[in-house]
Amino acid sequence: MNVTTRPSTATQAVRDSVLKAENLCKQVSSPEGLLTIVADVSLEIARGESVAVAGPSGAGKSTLLALLAGLDVPSAGRVLLDGTDLTGLDEDGRARLRAQRVGFVFQSFHLIPALTALENVMLPLELAGNAEARRAAAETLERVGLRERTAHYPRQLSGGEQQRVAIARAFVTQPAVLFADEPTGNLDSATGARVGELLFELNGNARTTLVLVTHDRELAARCVRTLRMEAGRLA
Amino acid sequence: MRAVRLALRTLAREWRSGELGVLLLALAVAVGALTGVGFLVGRIGAAVALQAVSVLGADIRLSSPQPLGAEYLDAAAHRGLRSSSTTTLLSVVFNGEASQLTDIEAVTAGYPLRGRVLVADAPFAPGVPVQGIPAPGEVWPASKLLAAVGGTVGGQLSIGAASFRVAHVLISRPDQGGTFAELSPSLIMNAVDLPATRLIQPGSRVTYAALFAGDRTRIDSFEGWLRAHKRAGERLRDISDATPQVRNAVDRAGRFLSLASLVSVLLCAIAVAMAARRYVHRHLDTVALLKTLGATRGFTLAVALLQLLALALLAALLGSALGFVAQEWLLRTIRGLLATPELPPVTATPIAVGFLTALAVLTGFALPALTQLGRVPAVRVLRRDVGPPPLRTLLAFGPAIAVVLLLIWWMVPERRLFLWVSAGLAAFVAVLAIAGAVLVAVAGRLRGRVGVAWRYGVANLARRRAESLVQLVAFGTGIMVLLLLGIIRADLNSDWRRTLPPDLPNYFFINIPPDQRAGFIAYLHGLGARTTRVLPMIRGRLIAINGVSVEATQRGREERGGFATREQNLTWTAELGADNRIVAGRWWTPADSGKPLVSLASEFQESLGLQLGDRLTFDIAGESVEATVASVRKVKWDSFQPNFFIVFAPGVLEGAAGTYLTSAYFSAGTARSLAPLARRFPSVSIFDIDELLAEVRGVLDKAALAVQSVFMFTLLAGFTVLLAAVQSSRDERRYESAMLRTLGASRGTVAQGVLAEFATLGALAGLLAAAGAAVGAFYLTREWLELRYAFELWPWLAGICGGALLVAAGGWLATRSVVRQPPLTTLRA
Repeated sequence: MNVTTRPSTATQAVRDSVLKAENLCKQVSSPEGLLTIVADVSLEIARGESVAVAGPSGAGKSTLLALLAGLDVPSAGRVLLDGTDLTGLDEDGRARLRAQRVGFVFQSFHLIPALTALENVMLPLELAGNAEARRAAAETLERVGLRERTAHYPRQLSGGEQQRVAIARAFVTQPAVLFADEPTGNLDSATGARVGELLFELNGNARTTLVLVTHDRELAARCVRTLRMEAGRLA
Repeated sequence: MRAVRLALRTLAREWRSGELGVLLLALAVAVGALTGVGFLVGRIGAAVALQAVSVLGADIRLSSPQPLGAEYLDAAAHRGLRSSSTTTLLSVVFNGEASQLTDIEAVTAGYPLRGRVLVADAPFAPGVPVQGIPAPGEVWPASKLLAAVGGTVGGQLSIGAASFRVAHVLISRPDQGGTFAELSPSLIMNAVDLPATRLIQPGSRVTYAALFAGDRTRIDSFEGWLRAHKRAGERLRDISDATPQVRNAVDRAGRFLSLASLVSVLLCAIAVAMAARRYVHRHLDTVALLKTLGATRGFTLAVALLQLLALALLAALLGSALGFVAQEWLLRTIRGLLATPELPPVTATPIAVGFLTALAVLTGFALPALTQLGRVPAVRVLRRDVGPPPLRTLLAFGPAIAVVLLLIWWMVPERRLFLWVSAGLAAFVAVLAIAGAVLVAVAGRLRGRVGVAWRYGVANLARRRAESLVQLVAFGTGIMVLLLLGIIRADLNSDWRRTLPPDLPNYFFINIPPDQRAGFIAYLHGLGARTTRVLPMIRGRLIAINGVSVEATQRGREERGGFATREQNLTWTAELGADNRIVAGRWWTPADSGKPLVSLASEFQESLGLQLGDRLTFDIAGESVEATVASVRKVKWDSFQPNFFIVFAPGVLEGAAGTYLTSAYFSAGTARSLAPLARRFPSVSIFDIDELLAEVRGVLDKAALAVQSVFMFTLLAGFTVLLAAVQSSRDERRYESAMLRTLGASRGTVAQGVLAEFATLGALAGLLAAAGAAVGAFYLTREWLELRYAFELWPWLAGICGGALLVAAGGWLATRSVVRQPPLTTLRA
């Protein structure tokens, strides 16, 4: 494992891991035959740690993220998320686990166009049955600097604002792990930098574990360690 | 609860995206078509029931040749029912020397309990409803009576030993009966005046009746009591005795209209399916996101289902409102068809039916696609190319077919008819679809010869073949039926008498007494009329076939015109008219005279399934007469000469008392001179054929109009299909339009392309429709209306041009936002 680490947190990671992958494999069938996207990946991420997954396009970064978050099921191997074996859960079981422990930020924001900023942030809380959804969502939106924009619909917001709503949505449930897939990929560099700033600031305050897929070197550099992927393997 | 909140919250916003609008519109049109017919049939059915009781003048009527005991009226009063009495007898009414045999009805206060008496201030004037009964000392004679005796309103008439003032002219009363043989003119008087006339003497033929009406449940219980307590010879009649044929006809018409509305429902269902597919397609990302955020499969499905349910409710309400308005409009157009001027209010049943239909259509046509949403993998948030596994064919089409069959079964719950309708519908759609496919292919071939805009438009039709076909079938069906009914109505309304020989009889005369026969014919000749044959007419009832009672053998055949149990008009003659052709057996020779032989019209023979040699027993004035079927005749009824279903050989029935009938042709000017004829031969009834036929044609025309308006819904359904199709191709169209404009096409060229596409689609649908309508009209005019079919150009022109205009306008409205969008917005998105 080629890892850039800061010594103190690396030892902590082994003591209290929140995410653990063992010999993960993902194969899909394609016209050219069986295609291996992720090959024998094992890793362990400590609570509160921030990890960047970097690598060229098509290296399998997003697929690894999907496997770690339980969005996809591995062809072999297993994932332990906060002590729960994801491979032992069905689709609905994984969904419930995500509702409680996981947050997401995506490259293309993925806000629901029919809902306002506030309603978008409320959504994961409501799905988890939280009665205080509205208050918590409003607070979080305030923290990302969008207090004036709560009643706006996604199409009425700029790209940076949309991503800030998405970040608020990701943090509002106070997840154990936050997965971010190219969170600044669709933003210009200045906006991207501000969004990255916000992401790390919230992450630091909430002590959330952050797993970040990115091409952005600056963003990767802010992580405690960086995993490099090449052709489906950790380099 | 969370699902309900999310469902409602997103539903409101989804509205803007358009698919839900199309879905709702399609559902509302489907519900509107069904409930419109439902409301209409329900109200007409109730009106017919009311009309039926008004024929009795009451809910129940007890009659007897003996005076009725007062205990019946007391018992009715005790139960809170209204009652009234009538006393009816035949007597001669005089105005000076002039006299007329009259059906006199003496009534008590409250008469009639159901239906209305119409009166006027001059004979034959339009009647207005009147409250109450004639005051003592006054009478209301019928127009014909007053004309026959030369009386006037305000003048005096003598009845028996008393004299009365004519207060009004009686135009109609509910319980006047209607058979040809009972056409003595009538007169209403107050029952208190009856003793003064001294008409009722021992041996007089008098009918006493008691009328009762009131609340349905009380009437039912009173009827039970009455049946148990009435004496022998007292006859009880209720609604079930009144006009069963009319109710049968209403039932059948209702069923036909329901099936007609089913076509609209099916087209709308297709629009629903298209809109649902697009809805699912657009929501794959959202559902994947919901799942990523922790929503279970059940939750995402529940959200979709709840939204459907809300839509179904809304569609049921909107559709019912649409149906109600359509029904009101329809009733106005067909008002004249109904004898009762006021219709009972609508019931809520059709609304419930509408809601269930909306739900069924959604379940069959939208739910299968929606279940796909539950199967979207969460990983789609990272990889857009991942979608739900494709629907299995059985799941994709099974529910839709099941729902269609269920709807048909609900409308025609009869195995044979159900199979016919289902198979017929499938064949109809298949033929239309194949013809449509051919047309689209041919249009595609021809596109090389037109300009760029047209080429682009026609190419679009061929490329979205499936959608084009569905729209072709939808518009084709709608336009076809409208054209077909248009042709039929034009045929009905055209002055078709011009196509017939000019001296065809235009008057019928019946009830000519045997002793006045020669004098009457001579009188007609004296007026310059051309008379036809004169045939005797007696009444008789078929009671047995080959010795077996008709009741036993013909029970299942009731519906076929009720020939078996109806009282028939019988005649005898030695000569076979030129308008009769023997199709089986042989006509009698002079040697057959006196033999018990009978010749039947083919309609009668077919309806009862009779064969040559069958023995028929008739009850004629209480006497049994048996005769053998010797021949079957094909009768040309439109010769307007006296013709009968049943003709006896001469020498069999001569002993029975009967009257004569004939028809005659009067040239236009001489018709006026029929008034003195009516005075001279008061017992003869006169029928103006032109007037009767105009009435029949009016009825048919209005019925066709009613059917036509039901098919307006089909056209509306076609538009919902068009909207759904445009919607499902909207992204593609937006992209194409942007590309074309980037390549240098002006907005006008793109718009022309869109117009070309829809105009071609409409013209093809119109062509298909005109061809179908021509085939349909050919069949219907020949086989059903028995008119000559003449080829007409207008349906083709109207179909093709109208279709092109209609669909181009609809398509343009649906796509204009796509064309107007600046290309940069689209290409950047």
